[in-house]
Amino acid sequence: MKAKIFASIAVAITGAVLLYAVSDFPRFGDPRSPANAGVEGGSPSASLYYIENTYRDTKVPNLVTAILADYRGYDTMFETVVILTAGMSIFAILRVLRRDDAPGAPASAPDSSDHSIDGDHHRIIVATTCRIAAPLIQIFALYVVAHGHHSPGGGFQGGVMLGASFILLALSGSLRDTLVRFSEQQYLRLAFIGILIYAGFGFLPLWVGRNFLDYGALSGLLMTSGEEMARSHSMLGVEIGVAMTVMSIMFAIFANLSTRGRLHGGL
Amino acid sequence: MSDHYPALVLLAPLFGALVIGLFGLRDHRVCLPVVVSALGVSLFAAISLVLSVSSGGPVDYFVAGWKEPIGIGIQLRADAINTPLLVVIAIVALLAAIFSIRPAAERDSEKTPYFYVLFLLLCVGLFGITITADAFNVFVLIEVTALSSYGLVAIGQSKRGKVAAFHYLIMGTVGASFYLLGVGYLYLKLGSLNMQDIHGILASDDALADSRAIRTAFVFILVGIWTKMAFFPLHGWLPNAYSYSPSGSAAILAPLVTKVSVYVMVRMMVSVFGLDRLEANVEWGHFVVWLAIIAIAAGSTMALAQREIKKMLCCLIIAEVGYMVGGAWLGDPQRWGLTGTVYHILADALMTSCLFLAAGIFAKWLGALKLEDLSGLFRKMPLAAAGFVVGGLAIIGVPPTCGFYSKFYLIRGGIESGQWTYVVALLASSLVNAVLFFRIFEIAYFGKKPADSHGDDHGHDHESEPVVRLEPPLHALIPLLVAAALLVLLGLFNGPVVEFIRTGLIETAAVVSTGR
Amino acid sequence: MQSFFQEAVIPHFNFWIYVIIMMVGLWSVIAKNNLIKKLIGLSIFQTAILLLYVSLGVKEGATIPVLDHHALIESSHSESSEGSGKKAIAINPDHYANPLPHVLMLTAIVVGVATLGVALALTQMIYKDFGTIEEDEVLKKIKALHDDV
Repeated sequence: MKAKIFASIAVAITGAVLLYAVSDFPRFGDPRSPANAGVEGGSPSASLYYIENTYRDTKVPNLVTAILADYRGYDTMFETVVILTAGMSIFAILRVLRRDDAPGAPASAPDSSDHSIDGDHHRIIVATTCRIAAPLIQIFALYVVAHGHHSPGGGFQGGVMLGASFILLALSGSLRDTLVRFSEQQYLRLAFIGILIYAGFGFLPLWVGRNFLDYGALSGLLMTSGEEMARSHSMLGVEIGVAMTVMSIMFAIFANLSTRGRLHGGL
Repeated sequence: MSDHYPALVLLAPLFGALVIGLFGLRDHRVCLPVVVSALGVSLFAAISLVLSVSSGGPVDYFVAGWKEPIGIGIQLRADAINTPLLVVIAIVALLAAIFSIRPAAERDSEKTPYFYVLFLLLCVGLFGITITADAFNVFVLIEVTALSSYGLVAIGQSKRGKVAAFHYLIMGTVGASFYLLGVGYLYLKLGSLNMQDIHGILASDDALADSRAIRTAFVFILVGIWTKMAFFPLHGWLPNAYSYSPSGSAAILAPLVTKVSVYVMVRMMVSVFGLDRLEANVEWGHFVVWLAIIAIAAGSTMALAQREIKKMLCCLIIAEVGYMVGGAWLGDPQRWGLTGTVYHILADALMTSCLFLAAGIFAKWLGALKLEDLSGLFRKMPLAAAGFVVGGLAIIGVPPTCGFYSKFYLIRGGIESGQWTYVVALLASSLVNAVLFFRIFEIAYFGKKPADSHGDDHGHDHESEPVVRLEPPLHALIPLLVAAALLVLLGLFNGPVVEFIRTGLIETAAVVSTGR
Repeated sequence: MQSFFQEAVIPHFNFWIYVIIMMVGLWSVIAKNNLIKKLIGLSIFQTAILLLYVSLGVKEGATIPVLDHHALIESSHSESSEGSGKKAIAINPDHYANPLPHVLMLTAIVVGVATLGVALALTQMIYKDFGTIEEDEVLKKIKALHDDV
C-alpha cells in the first residue's frame, strides 16, 4: 500500500512535468519541426543532410541503414557491444560451469520441475514442421541481412531471425540436439568474431591515416570504383558482423534462460 | 597513430575484451596480460591526450571522418575537463585488475574470463562516456557500463548480490531512460544531438533556451544522471550493490561509475546548457545546492550508523556525491566550485579506489567485514593498514593528501558564492569522517575488542601474544600502496592540475557560448 | 473543455499517448511487488520512449526513409554522363520520413532487449536462491540471512 501511494505520487509528478512541456512541442507530423528541418534561422538539421546527401555519399538508398552503419556507425558498434555485454552478464550470472558449484540445484539429476521434452516423440508433427521451416527462416534472414541496403532490414533484424530459427529448433525439438549443431563454444566464438569484424572494419582505415570507421579509406582494399562504393560494401561487412553477434547472443540468452544456465533439460 | 588517441583510448580495452573472448575462455592465463596491456595502452593514450591538450588546446576527433556539417557524425572531444579523468580511469582500472587476479578466480574460477571480459567492457563504457561529445552516444555507453556492472555485481556467490543487482538494474534503467527522454526533448526542439551544436543553438536563442521543453529536458537529464550517481533521494541501489559484489568488482565499480556520472553532469552543465544560462537561473542553483547539503548530511549520518566496513564506505560515497553536485552548482564567478568538483572527481576516484582495495584485502585475508573485526590490524598487516590510513586521511581531508585540496577549492567556491550552509555541511561532514576513521584506527591500533564478535580469537591480551603477520600477497598490496601514493602525489601537485582544469573550464565555457 | 482538446491535445496527441503509456510503466515498476511484473512495467516504460522518438520523425504524407531505387540509378547515370558526379540529386526531403529517430530507436530497442535479458537472468537466480519472486518475501528472507558474503 505504501508503495502504491509512493508510486502514484511519483507518477503524478513525472507525468505533470512531462505534460507541462507538451504545449511547447511541434504539431504531430509537421515536416518543418526542428527535428525534421532544423531550428528556425539556424543551419538545417542533420536529418535533412542525410535525406539529401546519403545517396551521394554512400550509394545506399536505405537511409536508415546508411546512418546506422556509417554516419552513426560508432553508436551501432557499441549497440552491438551492448548485446555482447548482456550476453556476457547473463553468462556470468546464470551459467553453471562446475556442477559442484551449485549446491542449491542438483544439476546432474533431472529436475522434476523442468518440463523436459527430450526424447518426447509425441510432438513429431511440430518437430518436423519446424525442422523444415528453420532453413527457410535462415535463408530469409540472410536475405534480410544482405538486402538491408535497399529495403528495410539489416544486421540486427537478420541476426534476430537467425537466432529465432535456432530457438525454434530448440523449442520444437530439444535444446540438446540444437546444441549439438550449434554448440556453446561455437556461439560464443561467433559472438566475439562478429564484433571483431565490426571493429576490424573500423580499425583498418587507421593504417592509412584515416579516422576510425572511415570506410571510404577501404576502396583500395575492397577494389571498388570509388569511396562511395567502398562505404556501401563495408556496410554490408559490418552488418554481417552485427548479425553474427546478435544471432549468437540471442540463442545464448535463450539457452541459458530456459535451462537456468545448465544447458540441459529445460523447456 | 598519434592523431587517433581519442579513439584508441577505448578501442584498446574493446579489442582486449575480444581477445579474451576468443582465446581466454579456454586458457585463463591469457586474461591478465591482455587486460593489463590493453589498459596500459589506454593509459598511454590518455596521458598523451593530456599532454596534447595542455600544449595545443582541445582535441577533436570525428569518427568516420564526418566533419562537415557538424552533427552528422559522432564527435569525440578531449579537453581539459575529461582528459585527467581518462587518466584516472585507466589507473584505477589497472589497479583493480591487478588486485582482482585472485579474488575473481577464487570461488568461481571458471568464470574468471567472463569477469575480465565484463571488466574491460565496463572500461570501454567509462572511457567512451568520458570522451564523447554526442548526447545520444552517452546513452549507449551508459548502457554498456550499466549492463556490465550488473553482471559484475552479480557474478559472485552472494545471494544478496543478486537482489542488489536487480534493484540496481531497475533504478539504473529508469535513470538511463530519463536521460534518453531528456535527450529526446532536446532533439525535438533543436534537431541536433551534438553537444557543441546544441550549446551553440541554445546560446544564440534565449527564448528557445528558456522554453518549457528545454527546461524539462534539462530536468530529466539531471534526474537520470542523479539516479546513476546515487544522489541522495535516488541512492537506494548503491550500498547493497557495492557491498555485496565481489571485492574485485567493487574495486572498479565503486570508484568509477558514480564519478563518471558526476562528470556527465558537469559536461551537460558546461558544454550543453552552458554556465551562463545556469547562472541566469540562480534559484535552480540554490535549490540543487540545498539538495546536495541534504545528501551530504544524509550520507554522513548513514555512515555513522553502519557497522560494516564496505557499507560505511558506500555511505561515504553518497556524501561525496553530495559534495560534487553541490560544488558544481555553486555558481561562483571564478569557477572555483566547478574546478573543485572536477578535481574532486579525480581525487575521490582515487580515494574510493584506495579504500575499497583496502576493504577487499581486509575481507579476504582477514575475514573482516565489520568494524570490530579490524582489531590488531596494525600488527597483523602494517603495510596494508598504512595504505588504509592514507585513504582515510584523504577522505577526512588532511594535508598533503588530495582530499584536503579538493575540499579547499570546494569551500573556496562556497565562500565566494556565499553558500555558507554548503561550507558548513562540508566541514561538518569532514568532522564526521574524522570520527568514523579515527574510531576505526583506534580499533585497529589498540585492538580494542568489544564483546566477542568474531570466531578466531587472538586472545584478550595482544601484547603478550606473538602476533602473526598476515600481510596480503603482493598483487593485492601493490595496488593499494600505489593508490595511497597517488593520493599524496595528486595532493602535492594540486596546483598544476587545478590550473589545467580551471583554464580549460573557463575556456570551454567561453569558447562555446560565443556561438557557432 | 472542447477547446482544450482542440488546442492542447489533438495537435500533440502523440505526446499525450506516450506520456500516459510511460506513466503506466513507471507506476508498475514502483508499485508492483512481483519482480516479473516490475520488468513488464520497465519494458512498457522503455517502449513509451521509443514511441516518443519515432513520432518525432513523422512527416505528413511522407513515405519510409528508403529512396526510390530505380529513379536514383537513372538520375545518377545521367548525372555521371554530364560529368558532375558530386552534384546533389534532387530529393525532396518532405517526401521521406526523418530517418534519424529510427536509427536511434533501433539502438534503444536493442538496449531494452539486453536489459530485459539480464533482468530475467537475475530474476531466475533470485527465484533459485529464495524460492519466490515476490519482492517483500525476498526482502524478508534476506533479513533472515546471516553469513553471506
